[in-house]
Amino acid sequence: MQMTEPTTRIETNATVRERDPVAPDPSSEVFAVRDLNVYYGDLRAVADVNLDVYERQITAFIGPSGCGKSTVLRCFNRMNDLIDIARVDGSVRYRGIDLYDAAVDPVAVRRRIGMVFQKPNPFPKSIYDNVAYGPRVAGQKGNLDEVVEQSLRNAGLWDEVKDRLDDSALGMSGGQQQRLCIARAIAVNPDVLLMDEPCSALDPIATGRIEELMKEIQNDYTIVIVTHNMQQAARVSDRTAFFTAELDESTGQRRGRLVELDDTGTIFSNPSDERTEAYVTGRFG
Amino acid sequence: MAGTSTTVDLGDLRARRGADVRGQIFLVLLVASVILAFAMVGAVFYDVTLDAWDIISQRFWDFLRMPSSSDPTKAGVAQGIRGSLLIALIVVATFPIGIAGAIYLEEYADDTWSTRLIQVTVRNLAGVPSIVYGLLGLAVFVQSLRGLTGGSSVIAAGLTLAVLVLPVVVITSAEAVRAVPPSLREGAYGLGATQWEVIRTQVVPAALPGILTGTVLAVARALGEAAPLLVIGAAGFYTTGNLDFLEQTQGAFTALPMNIANFARLPAETWRGHAAAASVVLLVLVFIVNLVAIIARARISKKLGR
Repeated sequence: MQMTEPTTRIETNATVRERDPVAPDPSSEVFAVRDLNVYYGDLRAVADVNLDVYERQITAFIGPSGCGKSTVLRCFNRMNDLIDIARVDGSVRYRGIDLYDAAVDPVAVRRRIGMVFQKPNPFPKSIYDNVAYGPRVAGQKGNLDEVVEQSLRNAGLWDEVKDRLDDSALGMSGGQQQRLCIARAIAVNPDVLLMDEPCSALDPIATGRIEELMKEIQNDYTIVIVTHNMQQAARVSDRTAFFTAELDESTGQRRGRLVELDDTGTIFSNPSDERTEAYVTGRFG
Repeated sequence: MAGTSTTVDLGDLRARRGADVRGQIFLVLLVASVILAFAMVGAVFYDVTLDAWDIISQRFWDFLRMPSSSDPTKAGVAQGIRGSLLIALIVVATFPIGIAGAIYLEEYADDTWSTRLIQVTVRNLAGVPSIVYGLLGLAVFVQSLRGLTGGSSVIAAGLTLAVLVLPVVVITSAEAVRAVPPSLREGAYGLGATQWEVIRTQVVPAALPGILTGTVLAVARALGEAAPLLVIGAAGFYTTGNLDFLEQTQGAFTALPMNIANFARLPAETWRGHAAAASVVLLVLVFIVNLVAIIARARISKKLGR
């Protein structure tokens, strides 16, 4: 698992971020996914996924549309429960606990494992009430000013909004809204942040700010990010998982499958699977 | 296209006369339809006001304050206003049932054949003629529940009209709940909100303007119905004199549509303006209800930042 020297074997225009390779320490596993299959009705959307996510790392899921990366991400906080026809098979362990155990309350899971969505989805409330929403539903009473300020500071938004906390969040720009959604997610002090293509609706400058923000907060949170943007995965993540959609011969349906998961440097410069290589060099996908 | 350049003549881009004749005809038809619709409403309003003008100009305040009387110069619609207001109050009081039903159907009920059956049935109920609801009211509220309603009373009438408009409330509320963006729900669930919290803090506030629209339509409809009241046994007028609000809930009652029908039936020339004047009162009442709803809707929308 050592990072290879930068090589010219594969031409990519993605710059891999400078970071010391972190030796995966099995004791720091946050998620351990084994034989995960997700079905939507009769359709098998994700097949036989096995992967680990390590503590205080940014793990990126990349792959073409329909490869199941978002579906896998949504298993981590049981968001798939909200879809009536979704069924999850296999095990998703979060710090040793099976998230799909009958005794596990999805509400409690989501308080520890926050989520930022593809499209910024601020509530039609004030900026303050957006950030205070999580702490309030978690039962925190009294003055939340400190939590709100700290969360907005951590999301790099405080200076922009401190004079208009009572204004509607819907009046903010798209990039600000997305940072507000990150502030809102970290206000409940989660252990993990799941990000489902958080920059796909944003312009390059707003995207850059979100990426900076991710690097700033990564020492406090374990982050899993789904992204369509390979350069983004290369810039921000420690490890990258490449998913692909393959045709199931027997049913004629396409289903998502994990091809490989490795250090980001390895995935982008020296992947072990040729499909990964084809994807990261832009020959496919 | 390398090497060659395309030449464009102004004639190619010039607007052609009559190019879109059908589109233009369609537009004219649309405008004509709008004008016709407004003209008809205007004509009705003009005609009614004209007929009522003698009463409005000479003794409108008296007309509002006085109970019915056999003397055309003294007769008023105070009894009808009170009856209609009481009916509206009872109808509004039952709205939470309709809204709760809509929330259950949209947020909790699984998508099974029985749920769909209920949804289809509610839609069909909204189309049932009002006189049929009158018969239902007679059987249920006037007779079976006599102990609760006091028989043929304004309570029985209010409850009957509440049942009449319930399907409309359920349908419009359900549509408003369904229109709440899924991203709002996801955002709240993602922060660890329970289903109840999501509904209370996100779904209902976001759906409230739509729910309000539906309930106002329902109140307006309830205010205007005469047929079910007729079946239940509303009087055109009654002669127990001026009772207070609570005493009115028992025994004889009337409502504005009944007043209108009663006045219109009287043959003497001296009663001509009364039906029209009572109609004006009813129209104004409906407008006030609408106005209140528009203001409330605007305030809620502003609070939601839209």
